[in-house]
Amino acid sequence: METLLSIILLFMIIGAIYALHARDLLSAVIAQGIVGYGLVICFLHLKAPDLAIVQIVVETITLIIMVAVVLDSSRKEIKAGFTRGNIINMISALVFIVFLVYFFSLAIDSLHTFGEHPLRMAETYVKEGAEKTGAANLVAGILWDFRGYDTLGEATILFTAALGVLTVLRLRGKK
Amino acid sequence: MRGLTPIVKKVAQLMSGIIFMYGIYIVVHGHLTPGGAFAGGIILAGSFILLILAFGSEVIKLRKEETGSSFTESLAILITIILATAGFFAGSMVFFNNYLPKGTVGELVSAGAIPLYNIFIGVEVAAAIVTIFLALVIFKEEEEQR
Repeated sequence: METLLSIILLFMIIGAIYALHARDLLSAVIAQGIVGYGLVICFLHLKAPDLAIVQIVVETITLIIMVAVVLDSSRKEIKAGFTRGNIINMISALVFIVFLVYFFSLAIDSLHTFGEHPLRMAETYVKEGAEKTGAANLVAGILWDFRGYDTLGEATILFTAALGVLTVLRLRGKK
Repeated sequence: MRGLTPIVKKVAQLMSGIIFMYGIYIVVHGHLTPGGAFAGGIILAGSFILLILAFGSEVIKLRKEETGSSFTESLAILITIILATAGFFAGSMVFFNNYLPKGTVGELVSAGAIPLYNIFIGVEVAAAIVTIFLALVIFKEEEEQR
């Protein structure tokens, strides 16, 4: 399973790098779709169909909106030269990456090996979830019973996003 | 917004109903099979977006639809919060308490209040995505009219 995951991750990285360097913005958007759909296959192989369904639908709708934006504005990428501000940005980004990789490597050392997680709280959920919540799908039981606050927060985020889009895009009120 | 060619219109006509039914299935069976409110809600929104993209519409109609969808969204999340608060007063003073009878595991009507939460959050997600899409379309149309 790990070799398959590595191959898909490699494809995703190639797609992301191509999306950064493509001259045509439409092909950049399509290449960015590789990352999303590769993630769908990863979720399916890690036995998370709930996440896979959400990811595939969200990815498709995002891709439609991105393609519409690219077709409506411009398909050519604007190349930025080596000005002073750009070089400062690059150096700060490089320093940030070095720090990030260093602290990630520290964190990865203290993690457990792939696929062998200690299940302290989750063990109780898996054992008694069905009879305590009455839901056959354990994910729904956890989302709406044990972790109800989190799910309400997610719904609130979506509500706030819709409100924000409506507020920002209101041309009439700006007069 | 202009519509697309007759072929696309016909295919959208045939497919959107099936997509809508699939979204309802995913939302209603959220406590039994993989999926749930978020996935099903976005599929529901997808059927509406498909119809709007294929057939096109005028700005006035779109604006009316936007008002309706944002009203639906607010109403759905309000009902969800009322349900959660009802759990607070019905049970043992716990927010999001599952106070309805559980039933047998695996049947369609079971798991207490979880299917109700799933349905209302599904409606909320679908209305939110449609509202965002309509806001973008209306913005573009108004920009072109200037």
